[in-house]
Amino acid sequence: MKNILIIGATSAIADAVARKLVERGGRFYLLARNTERLAVIASDLAVRGATEVEVSTFDANDTVSHQGCLEKAHTWLGTINIAFIAHGTLGDQKEYEVNVECALREIQTNAVSTISLLTRLANIIESQGHGTIAVISSVAGDRGRPSNYVYGTAKAAVTTFCEGLRARLYKKGAHVLTIKPGIVRTPMTDGFEAPEILIADPEAVAQDIVRGIEKKKDTVYTPWYWKYIMMGIIHIPGFLFKKINI
Amino acid sequence: MNVHGWGKYPVIDAEVSAPSMLAHLRDLLTPGTDKRLTPRGFGRSYGDSSLGKTMVSTIRLNHMLDFDQKSGVLHCQSGVPLADILKVFVPRGWFLPVTPGTKYVTVGGAIASDVHGKNHHVDGCFCDHVLFLELLTGNGEVVRCSLQEQSGLFHATCGGMGLTGMVLTAAIQLKSIKSACIDQVTYKAAGLDESLEQFEQHADEPYSVAWIDCISGGRALGRSLLMTGRHASEGESWAHRDSRITMPFDMPAILLNPFSIKVFNMFYYHKVRHRETRVSVHYEPFFYPLDRIGNWNRMYGKSGFIQYQFVVPKEAGKKAMKSILKVIAGSRKGSFLAVLKAFGPCNNNLLSFPVEGYTLALDFAFNADVFPLLDRLDAMVLDYGGKLYLTKDARMSGTTFRQSYPQWEAFQKIRDACGSLHRFTSLQSHRLGLDE
Repeated sequence: MKNILIIGATSAIADAVARKLVERGGRFYLLARNTERLAVIASDLAVRGATEVEVSTFDANDTVSHQGCLEKAHTWLGTINIAFIAHGTLGDQKEYEVNVECALREIQTNAVSTISLLTRLANIIESQGHGTIAVISSVAGDRGRPSNYVYGTAKAAVTTFCEGLRARLYKKGAHVLTIKPGIVRTPMTDGFEAPEILIADPEAVAQDIVRGIEKKKDTVYTPWYWKYIMMGIIHIPGFLFKKINI
Repeated sequence: MNVHGWGKYPVIDAEVSAPSMLAHLRDLLTPGTDKRLTPRGFGRSYGDSSLGKTMVSTIRLNHMLDFDQKSGVLHCQSGVPLADILKVFVPRGWFLPVTPGTKYVTVGGAIASDVHGKNHHVDGCFCDHVLFLELLTGNGEVVRCSLQEQSGLFHATCGGMGLTGMVLTAAIQLKSIKSACIDQVTYKAAGLDESLEQFEQHADEPYSVAWIDCISGGRALGRSLLMTGRHASEGESWAHRDSRITMPFDMPAILLNPFSIKVFNMFYYHKVRHRETRVSVHYEPFFYPLDRIGNWNRMYGKSGFIQYQFVVPKEAGKKAMKSILKVIAGSRKGSFLAVLKAFGPCNNNLLSFPVEGYTLALDFAFNADVFPLLDRLDAMVLDYGGKLYLTKDARMSGTTFRQSYPQWEAFQKIRDACGSLHRFTSLQSHRLGLDE
C-alpha cells in the first residue's frame, strides 16, 4: 500500500490525481489552505477507498512553517512513497507589470515556496532511499512569453530546480517528476481565453501524471501535444520571437 | 460561450460558472444581484431545460461525502456522475437503484429530471430512492428536505427541473448486487399488439425495455425486440471502463435519410434470429449501449435533433400507441432506436413524468418541417390523457404543458415560497410560462 502526501490538495489537478491514485487504495496526507474544501476532499477519498486520510491546513507562503508541516506529515505517513506538489496561483500579467509587490508574491507562491518544500522533502526522500516527488511546473516555464512571463519565470525556476534535484536523488534511488501541463479546465484558468480544443480536463491530465509517476518519467507534458507546441515555440529565433505576441 | 443541450437544439450564448464551494454559490445569490440562474449538471437533458443566460454548473461539486457499507446509503454532492458511483461501488457489490440510458448524468440532474430506467414498473423513479437532499433556494438558504422534512419542497424539487433551487447534496439508497452481470433475454415481436402483450407477460422481470421499429408500417407496424434482464447471481464484479471511441465531428446530415434508417432498422430486427435469446452480459452494454460512442449526438449532423418522449395512460394503451405510431411511421421522419417501455404507478412528485402506461421515445433529426408533425403528435398525446417528458422537450407550448401537468400551480406556489421563482429559471421555464 502506498503512502501519499499531497500539497495543494484542493487544486483541481491534485483532486483528480488523488482520485486516480485512490483506485488502488492507500494512505493520504493532504495539505492545503482552505479547510472547508480540504474536509470535502478528504471524505471523498475515504469513500472512494482510501485506507486512511489525514488533513492539515497550511499556507504555502509561510515558508517558515514548512518544516513543521512536513515533519508532521512524515510522522503520520511513516514512509512517503509519493509526494505530489500541486499548489499554485495564476494572476494577471498586466497587473504584475505595474505592481511589483504582486509580481513578487506570484514568484513567492509559485517558485520560492515550492523550492522550500522541495528542499526539505528531498532530504526525507533521500534518507529513505526510495520514493517519488512529482511537481507541477508548467509549459509557461519553457520560454518567457510577453503574455505570461512572471508566472513563466516562477515555473522556469521550478523546472530547473527539479532537473538538478532529479540528478541528485537519482543516485540515491529516488525519483523526481516534472509535470508541464498546458491549459487545464480548472478554477485557476476560468475566464482564460483559448481555443476550446487546447483546454484539457483535469481528469485527462491526472491520467498522464499518474502514468508518469508509475513509469518514472523525468518530464511529462500533458496533454502530450504540448510537447510539440513548446518545441516549436522554443525554436523560434530570438529576433523573431520578440516581434510576435504570444 | 455557446451552449446547448444534448440534442444540440437550441444553442444559446451564455455565461457559465462552475463554483467549487458553497460560499461561491451563495455569492451568486446575494441580495441586490438579480440575476436569474439556471442550474446545469452534465447537460444531458436534450432540449432547453439546462439553458439560460447565466448558468451555474455543478460539475465541480463532485465529491462523495459518506457511505455506509452496511445499509448501502451514499451521501454525495450533486455534481457526482452516476458513472463514478458505478466505478466505486460495483466492485463492492452495490448498484444504482435506478439508472437512465446514460451513466454520464450527475446526481443533481437525475434528481431534477426524476429520471426513470428499465425497472420503473417495479422500482419507480430515481427520487424514490433519495433519502434526503440539501437544496440551496432562491432565499440563499440551504434546506434539507425529504419525505419527512419539508416534504412539499422535496416533491417539487424531485423532477422539478432545477427550478426550485440548486441541489447541493443527496443521500441515495444503493441496491445490493452479487455480480456486475445481467441475465438478459431478448424476445422478438412481429407487431405492436404482440409487443405490448410481452410487456404484460414479463412484468415480473426487474428490467424491461423494447426497441421498436418506427419506420415500417402495415403488419410490421410496431414490431419490436423486448429485452428483459435481472442481476446475475454470480459472475464478474468489475466496473465499466470509460469508452475511448468518440464521434470526432458532426456527421453530414445527408447520411441519415429514410432509406438508411430503414436499412438499419431491418438489420437490427433481423439480426436477432430466434423468438427468444438468452445471454449473460455486463451491465455496461445492457444499460448503456450508447455510452460506448462518446458524443453520439453528433450523428445527427450540425443542426442537431429533437428527442420526443411521451407517455399515455394504460387505459388508452394499445389504441393510443397504434394511432400515434401510424402517424410517425407515415411521416417517415422517425429515426432509428425508438424505445418503448411500460411504466408502473406514478409517484407524488409534482412534475415527474412517469405515469402507469406506455412510453415511447424517439429522435427526429432537426429540420423545420418536423415541428408541425410534433404539434400534431402533441395533440394526440393530450387527447389520450398523456404527457411529454420535460427532460427531452425543446418545443412544447405552455398550454400543452399546463394541460398535461395539472400540478403546475402547486409547483409554482412552492417555488415562490422559497424565493426561487424569479431566481432559478431556464429557457424552458420561460417558454412554458413558469417565470411569470
